[in-house]
Amino acid sequence: MTTAAWTHKDLLGLEELSAEELTLLLEQARAFKEVSLRPIKKVPALRGRTVVLFFLEPSTRTRTSFELAAKRLSADILNIQASSTSLTKGETILDTVRNIEAMKVDILVIRHSVSGIPLKVAKTAAASVVNAGDGSHEHPTQGLVDLYTMLEKKGTIAGLNVSIVGDIAHSRVARSNLWGLTKLGARVTLCGPPTLVPAGIEQLGVKVTYSLKEAIRDADVLMLLRLQLERQTQNLLPSIREYAKLFGVDREKLAWGKPDLIVMHPGPVNRGVELAPDVADGPQSVIYDQVTNGVAVRMAVLYLVSGGRPAKAPAAKPVPAHPVTA
Amino acid sequence: MPATLLIKGGRIVDPANGVDATGDLLIEGDRIVKVGGTIAANGAEVVKADGQIVFPGFVDLHVHLRSPGREEKETVATGTRAAAKGGFTTICAMANTDPPADNRTVVEYLLAEARRSAAVTVLPIGAVTKGLAGESLAEIGELKAAGVVALSDDGHSIMNAQLMRRALEYAKMFELPIISHAEDTTLSAGGLMHEGLASIKQGVQGIPSSAEAVMVARDILLAEHAGARLHIAHASAKETIDLLRAAKQRGVAVTAEATPHHLALTDEALRQYESNCKMNPPLRAAADQAALHAALRDGTIDCVATDHAPHTQAEKEVEMDTAPFGVIGLETALGVLMTVLVKPGGLTLTQLAAAMSWRPAQVIRIPRGTLSPGAAADVTLVDPGKTWTVTVDAFESKSSNSPFIGRTLHGAVTEVFLGGRRLVHNGEVLAL
Repeated sequence: MTTAAWTHKDLLGLEELSAEELTLLLEQARAFKEVSLRPIKKVPALRGRTVVLFFLEPSTRTRTSFELAAKRLSADILNIQASSTSLTKGETILDTVRNIEAMKVDILVIRHSVSGIPLKVAKTAAASVVNAGDGSHEHPTQGLVDLYTMLEKKGTIAGLNVSIVGDIAHSRVARSNLWGLTKLGARVTLCGPPTLVPAGIEQLGVKVTYSLKEAIRDADVLMLLRLQLERQTQNLLPSIREYAKLFGVDREKLAWGKPDLIVMHPGPVNRGVELAPDVADGPQSVIYDQVTNGVAVRMAVLYLVSGGRPAKAPAAKPVPAHPVTA
Repeated sequence: MPATLLIKGGRIVDPANGVDATGDLLIEGDRIVKVGGTIAANGAEVVKADGQIVFPGFVDLHVHLRSPGREEKETVATGTRAAAKGGFTTICAMANTDPPADNRTVVEYLLAEARRSAAVTVLPIGAVTKGLAGESLAEIGELKAAGVVALSDDGHSIMNAQLMRRALEYAKMFELPIISHAEDTTLSAGGLMHEGLASIKQGVQGIPSSAEAVMVARDILLAEHAGARLHIAHASAKETIDLLRAAKQRGVAVTAEATPHHLALTDEALRQYESNCKMNPPLRAAADQAALHAALRDGTIDCVATDHAPHTQAEKEVEMDTAPFGVIGLETALGVLMTVLVKPGGLTLTQLAAAMSWRPAQVIRIPRGTLSPGAAADVTLVDPGKTWTVTVDAFESKSSNSPFIGRTLHGAVTEVFLGGRRLVHNGEVLAL
C-alpha cells in the first residue's frame, strides 16, 4: 500500500511522476474500475465541477473515454473540438484558454497536435490541466491505461519484458510508456526501423533492436504502435508493404514469443499493417481490455487532479470527496 | 581646441596592442590621443574608472535591425539604443529586411535612417542574392558602392552550391566577405530545436547538427577553391568547430562567430517549450557548448556576434511550431559573457575584448576595435562587480524576446563613448 499523496494540479506527462505517484494513480484506477462493474456506475465525486474536453486534434476513443469518466464522476462536461472553435494556426491558444477559464471551469482536458501546449496552458491556468495527448510528446492517460492493463494481466510491472514496436520517433504513447515502465522497473525494448527510432534514445534506459524477432522472443508484453501512413511519403519508409513485412505482427511471428505473451495496441489499429486481424482479435490480444480500463484510469486522473484524496475504493455507498459547491 | 576627456584609473584592455594594465586614457575630440600610465590633462573632463574595465567599443557583425519593413519589431532608433546600452559602438545590419538590402536604394535608405536616428555606427550588410531567394546574384558592385561591408543572405541558406561558388568568386573582386548562414534546409526542415536527447524527450522534431556542419564543410571547400573570404555566422555545433579548426590550419580565409546564447545555454533551456529559447541554429547540447567555449579561447571562433533578432510578444506567444526563430541579444551580451565565461575563469578579459571588439572589426576591415592612439574614440566601460537582473521593462529594444529574462548577470556596461561623445552614462542611454 502506498503512502504517497497526490500533490499535482495537472497531469502533463509521466516523465515528471515518481514511481509512488504512478502506483497511487493505478490504485485509484482499480478502485474506480470496481465502480464501473456495478450496475449503477456513477459516483458524486466531481458533482458541481466542470470538465472541459478541449480536443484540437481528431480523437474518438480518448475523448469518449474522458467523457464517460467525467460523467461517472458526476461532473458537468463541455466539449470543444477543433471544428467548433475559432482557433486557427498562429492564433494564440492561450487567449482561447483564458476565455474558457474566465467561465470558471475546473479541469481542462487538452488534446493538441503540437508538443508542449498543455504545459504552456497549465503554466497560466488556474484550472487543472490534463494532457490528453500533445504532438509526439506524451499521452499520459494512455500510458497509465497500458500500465494498468499490464498490471491486471501480469500481476506486476517490475521485471516485465515489454517490447514496443513501430514508429517510436513520432509516438507520444511510446514516450509515456517508456517513462512509466522504466520508473516501475520493467525492461523496455524499442523496435522499429532506424528511421523511426530516434538515435540516442537508449540513454533513457531502454534497449533498441531493429529485429522484430528479438523484440518478440523474450517479451511478456508486445505493444504495437499505429503507423501513420504518411511516413511513407516522408522517406522514412520505402513502402507500407515493406514495413508490414518487416515489423507487422501476424500469428506466425507471434509464435516466436512466449505462450503467455500479451499483445497491446493503443488504437486505432491499421489492420494488416502493424497487426494482422487474427492477432488483433486473437486470444493473446488485450486491446479491448485497454479500452475498458481507459475509463477507470481517466476517472482516477480527473479525481486526483481535482483534489480528491486517494482512496482504496469508494465505499459501497460513496460519499463525495469534496464539499459540493453549486 | 577640441574637448578633452580623461578616463582615469581604469583597467585598459586592448588586445590589438597586447595591453591589459591599469592606467589613464585621453580623448581629444573624436580620437584617442594617449593611452597608459598616469596622464595629466589640465581642463579635461575626468571620468573616474577605478575598478572598471576600459574596452574598445564593441563591434557586432550580426544584428537584425528590422528596418525597413518590420518596424513593429525594431527600428533603427530602438535597435541602436539597445546596442549602445550593451556597449556596442558599431553594428552591422543584416540584409533580410522587407524589402531586403539587395539593391542600392534599400542600403541608402538604411544609411539615411541611421544618420537621422541611430545612436551608434550602423554598417550595412548587402544581400548575396536577389530577394534573398538564392537563385541569382544581387548587384554586388552596386551594393559595395552604396557602402556595404559584407554580404549575407542570413536567415536564408544558399542551397545552390554553384551559386555560392560564384558569389564567393565575385565578391572577391570587391574584397567583401560572405557571411554564411550555414544550414542545409533539407536536413533542418520541420525542426524546432536541436536534435538530441532533449528533443527526443519532448517529442519535438529536431534540427541535427549535420544540417549546419555539412553546409560549413561545403562553404569552406568553395571558399578555399575560390580563394575568397568566408565568415561563418552563428556557429553552434561541435562538428562545425572541427571543420573550422582544420580549415584554419590549412590556411583557408575563414572566420567565424558564435552568439552569447549558444555560449551560455543548451537545449535543456527548452524543457518548458520556451519560445524565447527558439532560434536558428538551435541551442545545442552541452558537448557543443563546451566545444564553442574551447574554440572561443583558442581563436577558432574569432568573435562573438549577437544575432539580435527582435520579434513581438504576440508572434512568440503561440504554439512552438509557429513561433518565429530568434532572440534579442545586444543588451545582455556583455553581462552573459562575463557571467558564463569570464567570471568562472573560462575566458580572459583580453580574449573577451578580442572577440567583442578587435577581431570583428578585422573581419570587415574597419579601423575600430582598438584603443591605439589615433584610433576613433569608441570606448566602453564595464563594471565587473556590478550585478543586475534582466527584466523585460529595462530593454531599450522594441522587443523583449530574450532567453535571459530573470537571469542575474555579473558585469554591466556603465559608460559608452562614441567618437569621444558620451552615449551611455551610469548604464543608461543618453538622449540623442
